[in-house]
Amino acid sequence: MTCVTAPVVMQGLAASRQPAIRHERGQRQVFCGLTGIVWLHRKMQDAFFLVVGSRTCAHLLQSAAGVMIFAEPRFGTAIIDERDLAGLADANDELDRAVGDLLARRPDVRLLFLVGSCPSEVIKLDLSRAAARLSATFAPDVRVLHYSGSGIETTFTDGEDACLASLVPGLPAEPLTAAPSLLIVGALPDVVEDQFCRLFAAMGIGPVGFLPPRQSRQLPAVGAQTRFLLAQPFLDATARALEGRGARWLAAPFPFGAEGTTAWLRAAADAWCVDPGRFRQATQASEERARHALARHRAQLAGKRVFFFPDSQLEVPLARFLWRELGVDLIEVGTPYLHRRRHAAEIALLPDDVPIWEGQHLERQLDRCRAAQPDLVVCGLGLANPLEAEGMTTKWSIELVFTPIHGYEQAGDLAALFARPLLRKQRLEV
Amino acid sequence: MQLSLWTYEGPPHIGAMRVATAMEHVHYVLHAPQGDTYADLLFTMIERRQKRPPVTYTTFEARDLGSDTAELFQGAVREAFDRFRPQAMLVGSSCTASLLQDDPGGLARALGLPIPVIPLDLPAYQRKENWGAAETFYRLVRTFAAGTAGRDGQPKEPAAAVRPRCNLLGATALGFRHRDDVEEVAKLLARIGVEVNVIAPLGATPADLARLGAADFNVVLYPEIGATAAQWLKREFGQPLVSAAPLGVGATRDFVNEIARLTGIDPEPALSDQASRLPWYSRSVDSTYLTGKRVFIFGDATHAVAAARVAARELGFEVVGLGSYSREFAREVRDAARQYDIEALITDNYLEVEAAIAALQPELVLGTQMERHIAKRLGIPCAVISAPTHVQDYPARYSPQMGFEGANVLFDSWVHPLMMGLEEHLLTMFREDFEFRDGIAPSHLGTPAKPVDVAAAVPASIASAPPAPGPAASWDLEAERELRKIPFFVRGKARRNTESFARVRGVTVITVETLYDAKAHFSR
Ligand code: SF4
Ligand code: SF4
Repeated sequence: MTCVTAPVVMQGLAASRQPAIRHERGQRQVFCGLTGIVWLHRKMQDAFFLVVGSRTCAHLLQSAAGVMIFAEPRFGTAIIDERDLAGLADANDELDRAVGDLLARRPDVRLLFLVGSCPSEVIKLDLSRAAARLSATFAPDVRVLHYSGSGIETTFTDGEDACLASLVPGLPAEPLTAAPSLLIVGALPDVVEDQFCRLFAAMGIGPVGFLPPRQSRQLPAVGAQTRFLLAQPFLDATARALEGRGARWLAAPFPFGAEGTTAWLRAAADAWCVDPGRFRQATQASEERARHALARHRAQLAGKRVFFFPDSQLEVPLARFLWRELGVDLIEVGTPYLHRRRHAAEIALLPDDVPIWEGQHLERQLDRCRAAQPDLVVCGLGLANPLEAEGMTTKWSIELVFTPIHGYEQAGDLAALFARPLLRKQRLEV
Repeated sequence: MQLSLWTYEGPPHIGAMRVATAMEHVHYVLHAPQGDTYADLLFTMIERRQKRPPVTYTTFEARDLGSDTAELFQGAVREAFDRFRPQAMLVGSSCTASLLQDDPGGLARALGLPIPVIPLDLPAYQRKENWGAAETFYRLVRTFAAGTAGRDGQPKEPAAAVRPRCNLLGATALGFRHRDDVEEVAKLLARIGVEVNVIAPLGATPADLARLGAADFNVVLYPEIGATAAQWLKREFGQPLVSAAPLGVGATRDFVNEIARLTGIDPEPALSDQASRLPWYSRSVDSTYLTGKRVFIFGDATHAVAAARVAARELGFEVVGLGSYSREFAREVRDAARQYDIEALITDNYLEVEAAIAALQPELVLGTQMERHIAKRLGIPCAVISAPTHVQDYPARYSPQMGFEGANVLFDSWVHPLMMGLEEHLLTMFREDFEFRDGIAPSHLGTPAKPVDVAAAVPASIASAPPAPGPAASWDLEAERELRKIPFFVRGKARRNTESFARVRGVTVITVETLYDAKAHFSR
């Protein structure tokens, strides 16, 4: 494995493309970064997420996680009250006490995240110092990290980025003699991770690690021999932290749809100098299966006019998938933020006149949406039913972060998520 | 700082939203960060409302702090007024904005809007949802009813020919069965000749609030939300208030009799024997097995206290636990508990409630959505009697809790879970979760809970499905492992589909490839 080369450069292509990205400011209708806890806690089963916040933060988590409450959850909120607001020294003592109580009742917890919120930031409660202090108290049984999921700093999926970035400084350094290794960054369902592992194994690429890992003690090593792929477009801070530790990003489109998945895998294959024949052999059957699955949904989706409200930052890659592989017409692609560099390969695949809007002014966007009367609106839960009641057809975007949609085997499922509301509309006679 | 895992009530501004959303032509501008917009989905998803709540959020960001959040707020108020043209505007802060001290009331007033602007000062670090709703409703009522004609602070003698009139107060958006309770109580009142003057906040406009004084008395359906306003109306207009919630047969009779006394009308038309089926169903011999069933009750104060009465006196249960998260009404709950020789549990910490249920081992739990989950985990039948609730607690059918029809609903919804023993969705849905496996006690309980005997509870007809015809393909190890990663609720289907796919193609050993080929084949 001596032939790992520099990452594939798609920037050259991207540089020539300048889609007019429009900006807007006003009311945003997006979750804050705390929401990521809902899927992160299921992924890292020995971690606990303690939000230091208000009753609103607790209520948000409960409402976003709302549908399935299993046991005592692996997340909670230390609710700041009036006494804490009176003096910060007390707030720190109170936090230590809350953490002590929590860890006493959950001896299975190995990693504790203190998650900052708007109130904790506005009152300048220093969670990095709290994490250091508590780490010292509870080492070696429990590590304590911190990140911010506050709504004044982060939107929705940024919370995962902040969480993963907080893990990076604690990743072990790869040994000096390390062979090149591949790191997949972004929380994926276990079944999807395993599918990717099989594909990489068939190409002879490895070892392959994942961030976040399934158990907090299985942290992947990182260093100059590490090449990483982003599984999600919203992980810029994590990527920068990894780059800071010498790892190199393999620029690629994101693994949505048959085409996106192939391009994403190819970025790794090129870095490992996998010969094209072997790459084809490893991916062909799965890719064909994905294309076959997509073909079924094409009839339903081709020519349909789709409008995205900003939500998860997955909008641009998903728009690319819908446009290129299913033939939809993109009316508006709203996204809360667009990390230009991480999206360069995506934008290169989109038409020049793709109407990307960054930021949000909710009411004006609703005006545009009503005026355009799209066939399908991709939007958050707060808007879906009201728009349906106005006669539109909607897909709730939150499902796109909660369901497995990455990779070949899920390409058909991903298309189905968009096709189902349209199909349903056709069926209903009431 | 209190450690909280699940909360019974949201912050007070959620209560304000429940009032604003219930009403017409009222708009609420909330100074809040973007994440607080989650609140919309409570109304649009859980209650399936067809309209967005009438709320504008300022969604300030870190970069706005210290510079121009006040200006941002004023801009949002102006824009909201121009766009929605409400007849009244509520303004206030969520927990984060209240730390900024921007004074939404002053800022909004400075704009000189041609409509009443009502500042809501809801202490977010101290109070909760129901208090917020009560305060908001009270502020609205004061704003629009103060100084209106009619009462002069004296009770009005109903003229013989005029039907007595009352207001129904307290129903909001996102309330537990408020929609149907209001309808049922209005029907009940119509039967004895009482007219409903105004229903509020649910469905009321600001102009309706200005007519509140024209009623002879007030019915407070949900004291947690309506009592503050009703007490003010009593002071302002001398309107007596009826706050005995008509939950259950006995309480409904009391309710009707109290109104009859108040208005001098004949209660009999509403009290005939056929009014509710509950009394007969409860006497029916098959109900003898309900005798002495040990029941644990928890909810808001009004529903919990009323449920205890129904459970003990109308169904013959034994009340072994009674509690509430409504601290403002702790006294009422304590008094009620004393009747059953037990001590009330007043807490908003669901872990304490769970510990109490685990210790008491009741045969039925009547509670909120939280208790439903606790009961499921402990394998105890459960029915929901109070907010907070979930989407399934907003049924399509007419399903009040109050009045005589409400009593019928109570009988059905409390008795059915007992007959089924265990909710089957508990069995099928939770079996596979690693925290809910047979024999594994919940990690946080001091004493190990009794493991749920899943096999014993599955009806024989389901457990022994007929085998599929044709030679069955076998699964190789890796494929079997892969199958186990598929979410449990579709796994059975995936297995069946893959096997029939394999059979048709004459595949004898199912590999991971077969699994995904089958998945691709069936995916639609
Ligand atoms: S299990 Fe039942 S009660 Fe619990 S969240 Fe799901 S639907 Fe609601
Ligand atoms: S936006 Fe801020 S205050 Fe609101 S829930 Fe998120 S972190 Fe908490």
